[in-house]
Amino acid sequence: MAYSAKARESYQKELQALRDAGLFKEERYIHAPQGADIEVEFPVGQGVPPRKVINMCANNYLGLSSHPEVIAAAHAGLDHRGYGVSSVRFICGTQDIHRELEVKLTEFLGTEDTLLFPSCMDANAGVFEAVLSDQDVMISDRLVHASIVDGMRLCKAMQDTFKHSDMGHLEEKLQEHQDKRYRMIITDGVFSMDGDLARLDVIVELAEKYDAMVFVDDSHATGFIGKTGRGVHEHCGVMGKIDIITTTLGKALGGASGGCVSGRRELVEMCRQRARPYLFSNSVAPVIVAGALKVMELVTRSTERRDKLEANTVFWRRGLKGIGLDIKDGDSPIVPVMLYNAKLAQDFARDLFGEGIYAVGFFFPVVPKAQARIRTQLSAAHERHHLEKALEAFRKVGEKYGILGLGKNQIIEKYGL
Amino acid sequence: MDELMKTIREYVIREYIEEGDDREVTDTTPLISGGIVDSFSMVSLKRFLERKYQIQIPDAQATPEAFDSVTKIAELVRRFKPDA
Repeated sequence: MAYSAKARESYQKELQALRDAGLFKEERYIHAPQGADIEVEFPVGQGVPPRKVINMCANNYLGLSSHPEVIAAAHAGLDHRGYGVSSVRFICGTQDIHRELEVKLTEFLGTEDTLLFPSCMDANAGVFEAVLSDQDVMISDRLVHASIVDGMRLCKAMQDTFKHSDMGHLEEKLQEHQDKRYRMIITDGVFSMDGDLARLDVIVELAEKYDAMVFVDDSHATGFIGKTGRGVHEHCGVMGKIDIITTTLGKALGGASGGCVSGRRELVEMCRQRARPYLFSNSVAPVIVAGALKVMELVTRSTERRDKLEANTVFWRRGLKGIGLDIKDGDSPIVPVMLYNAKLAQDFARDLFGEGIYAVGFFFPVVPKAQARIRTQLSAAHERHHLEKALEAFRKVGEKYGILGLGKNQIIEKYGL
Repeated sequence: MDELMKTIREYVIREYIEEGDDREVTDTTPLISGGIVDSFSMVSLKRFLERKYQIQIPDAQATPEAFDSVTKIAELVRRFKPDA
């Protein structure tokens, strides 16, 4: 047997070390469709009945994950185009609806062309290698998503980074790399842990000054950031000036799966020819494409959902501040409640669950050391009563730990780092 | 005062410490295991050293362990340029 006792023991030790360090990830079982009210089994497998809680940690920004029109469209897609395609795109896995969705995404994002990927993780994994070579440099914000980091690692271009959202530092790096063939500035649109927005207006200005391309992963923005929900490029007034946008269908746009590379025609075509996750994995399933087409229709037809999300965000941010919690300022529906201490973040999340609120604590290495927090995320599926109940729970738990009205230094003084 | 270590420390502070981050960087502060420099951003430090001291550090030797403190980085540089 190749899987020896020694190997088993070694892996067991490694897993135990993760548990000991408090880094072991455990799943909770959700016994309901995604939405504001869900039923969660936790701890799992111990016969504990599922508990009804308010979900404050989904990427279901527009509340479309279980929208009846999206579900009906997915059913119709299943009936008309089948369950699976049993092929990659370029052999016999491209249906008419794949191209239809690509065209809709192109129109929505205001780009030149779009290519679907099985996920945005796959889009980010494949895009850099497809369009850059060892004569080029990738200059990324230090807080970009892990999938971008992985994609950059697969690419032969030189890698460099700039301090988070530090435009002066980015400019220094652009000056330093003027000897390269192409420079590509790489950033998230909305940073998933802090909820802040990239300064795309300044980035585009620097890109023009120093002859660089701009790449944005807008996964936490597409569908709701900007006046008509096109993304951070709309919010910053630079639509049409971003060379590559990657985004996901797995968050606001229905929340199932699938992602895309959208942008300059030639760059998208290079991905179609060379991006390995596109070339060597199955097409997005027809049922998801059909659902996503309905989502695109809904988000194009009206801004009602993104407007409701915006109103919910304003109410929630104001409410958390009002009860004296320390939050990261910003405009996005990602609202981190800062606790700084990892154990406090875990305890706080556990107590919230006891109060019927589902939110998760994040700590090193997911966020920098001494930056532990509970990340809350708003949805258009939240009604005012959900948010009022959640605020009351945050107030109650915050009071229990004596942190209401305390700032960073005072919380650290009380609980340590 | 060791000039090489001073140069490295100053670069690390300028390049990696964010505004408002009051962490102190001494010659023995763990940089990578301490979360100040991530392995991805280490590339700019390597390039800085190579340019400044006109050396080539092979990738195999540019490990997170070798870059984990100002003292260790200085030792690495001196392997290629003993008079640095």
